[in-house]
Amino acid sequence: MATGFNQSAIDSSTIAIGTGDAIGEINKYDFRTDSPAVFKARRGIDADIVSQISEMKREPAWMRDFRLKSLEIFNSKPMPHWGGDIAVDFQDIFYYLKPAEQQGKTWEEVPDAIKKTFDRLGIPEAERKFLSGVKAQFESEVVYGSLQEDLSKQGVIFTDTDTAVREHPDLLREYFGRIIPPTDNKFAALNSAVWSGGSFIYVPKGVKIEFPLQAYFRINAESMGQFERTLIIVDEGAQVHYVEGCTAPMYSTESLHSAVVEIVVKKHGRCRYTTIQNWANNIYNLVTKRAMAYEGAMMEWIDGNLGSHLTMKYPAVYMMEPGARGEILSIAFASAGQHQDAGAKLVHAAPNTSGRIVSKSISKNGGRASYRGLVRVEPGARKSRSSVVCDALILDDKSRSDTYPYIEIEEQDVSIGHEASVSKIGEEQLFYLTSRGLTEAEASTMIVGGFIEPLVKELPMEYAVEMNRLIELQMEGSVG
Amino acid sequence: MTAQPQEKLVISGLHAAVEGQEILKGVDLEIGRGEIHALMGPNGSGKSTLGYCIMGHPSYEVTAGSIELVEADGTRHDLLAMEPDQRARAGVFLAFQRPMSIPGVRLADFLRHAVTNVRNPERKEGQELMPMRDFRSELKAKMADLSIDTEFARRYVNDGFSGGEMKRAEILQLAMLRPKFAILDETDSGLDADAVRLASQSIARIGGAEMGILIITHHEQLLEHNIPLRTHVMLGGRIVESGGPELAAELHKRGYERIRAAYPEAAAAEQSMQDALGSETAQPVTA
Repeated sequence: MATGFNQSAIDSSTIAIGTGDAIGEINKYDFRTDSPAVFKARRGIDADIVSQISEMKREPAWMRDFRLKSLEIFNSKPMPHWGGDIAVDFQDIFYYLKPAEQQGKTWEEVPDAIKKTFDRLGIPEAERKFLSGVKAQFESEVVYGSLQEDLSKQGVIFTDTDTAVREHPDLLREYFGRIIPPTDNKFAALNSAVWSGGSFIYVPKGVKIEFPLQAYFRINAESMGQFERTLIIVDEGAQVHYVEGCTAPMYSTESLHSAVVEIVVKKHGRCRYTTIQNWANNIYNLVTKRAMAYEGAMMEWIDGNLGSHLTMKYPAVYMMEPGARGEILSIAFASAGQHQDAGAKLVHAAPNTSGRIVSKSISKNGGRASYRGLVRVEPGARKSRSSVVCDALILDDKSRSDTYPYIEIEEQDVSIGHEASVSKIGEEQLFYLTSRGLTEAEASTMIVGGFIEPLVKELPMEYAVEMNRLIELQMEGSVG
Repeated sequence: MTAQPQEKLVISGLHAAVEGQEILKGVDLEIGRGEIHALMGPNGSGKSTLGYCIMGHPSYEVTAGSIELVEADGTRHDLLAMEPDQRARAGVFLAFQRPMSIPGVRLADFLRHAVTNVRNPERKEGQELMPMRDFRSELKAKMADLSIDTEFARRYVNDGFSGGEMKRAEILQLAMLRPKFAILDETDSGLDADAVRLASQSIARIGGAEMGILIITHHEQLLEHNIPLRTHVMLGGRIVESGGPELAAELHKRGYERIRAAYPEAAAAEQSMQDALGSETAQPVTA
């Protein structure tokens, strides 16, 4: 099966160069499903469209008002003047497309064309093998959702955010838009106005979820905007690993993916959020992700950025109480026509908090990878520790790598470290490997695989295999 | 000295330069399978350069001469027309004096690829690798044979290896890849006397009658268990004298003074190369 889930544990560390029909798999994500929409809003964005989305969803007044106010904020905010060049015509995009009448609780209840899409992406198979629960979003809505029965019995909530507005309004309102307010940035405001779908997770006190919960976001239509909204609440001493995957087929016009992800990790809770995105090269991926970690809590972002035309994404951990920890591991791969402006943000807002950022970027064939990061220590956050390591690997002379590390320290008694390295694939390394019989392409792929290995080994085995495979596909034909 | 015609590595009139500086000035050398040759000579005489040229290092430009594999029936294969990986698949191996580290790549994973390619010269990128089970059992046996801990295979290629570990990793690769011709570039440097003895025993065992070996060395010890059929002395980019094992013993005992005196032209070339490069060897890039 294309997802490679049947590999043995022994192989997990292996960059199995093109085992199977690698050529066929280049197109694994680039296929379109002929799936008529149940409802499609007209192109463009204005108050009518925003109200229409809210009506379609039969939302309470507070949410409609929140959306309309966010639209005003969106309209009033300028485009970011840093990062990448965002050439999006906001009036040319479809903001809401409802793909199915209702969400399926079994795959049989999902419309056939959409089910086939997720079959091809290997989601039902992964669900059977190693997941605690799944959400599958197609265009604007979650079309399938599941959660293991024993987890729901323990009070775990894993639903789409639209359903949460109806069924868990009090819990949702306590945090929704409070970790990332619409005023945070232009794209957070846009998401707040037109959001649809996304995951809502609540893990009750002391509940530790052993296997990951996974969401898969698929854009299928042309000129589509996908604006999912995710909120994760990890209660005291609880634990969850959430994984998201994202893909879209290739069209000639741009599509926009602009998500907001808010996370709260309470006292001694743990949350790990893993992203493996492999967007088509015409997607603008402008995402805001932020977590608040409280006393002794641990928040980890593992962020794999492949594909897209432009990605701007800087997952953040705000360490709000003593002993909180934040860790962000980021991989970015930029090839021809791609700009990955990825990074991380750590805010030490309490004493004895510790953070770590590890960023690895690879650029080839004229791609551009930038690390943009902020470490901020608030006054009074004594004995806080942070370290930042960013390594860039450049595969040829056409490609580019930049580092924008920002450090703001307003407290004396802290320890902050920063290391950065930029390297090119060395002629000597290539010669060594090729002199033992590897082709130059195999040798490059192996060196790149080794470069990201420290991050890939943090992934569960199935995702490590998938990540290696994606890197391999990116590397194909890179030497010539 | 076998009467049977055998496959040979034939180097004729080889001139080579790095960054415009000529290092090799007409090298002639023939190595048959099953033979062991020693290449000795002072630092900077061009020994490592010869190894790199045989393997196809991109920084070394061959300006004249040829390097060929000549089969027993006389069929000739031009190594200079091949990329390094094709030379490896044709049965040539270079044990590096300073092997490169490849962080994040496990020795076993790398070696499985290398072995697969070398044993199936026609393999295309993306085709199946040697079955994991077969590879592991063979690797395990070879490691036991060389007294190398199996944990070694899980480590990243030469990353954080001690000098001795690097050399043992090179010998392990030699044993797994089983080339027709191996050039061992100072596989003894940086090793203590016991380690050199172990290395030379290993090489003797691996080599056998099937492999032609060129041992580049300063020392006689590595030759102990690999009594060289021929000893060659390189000076100023040429092989100036060849002899039997007694020549290696003499050089080990007395150094290169007699050689320099006997070949003043080569000694002068050596001096000018040293001045130009200002370093002990002709390696253009250091790790």
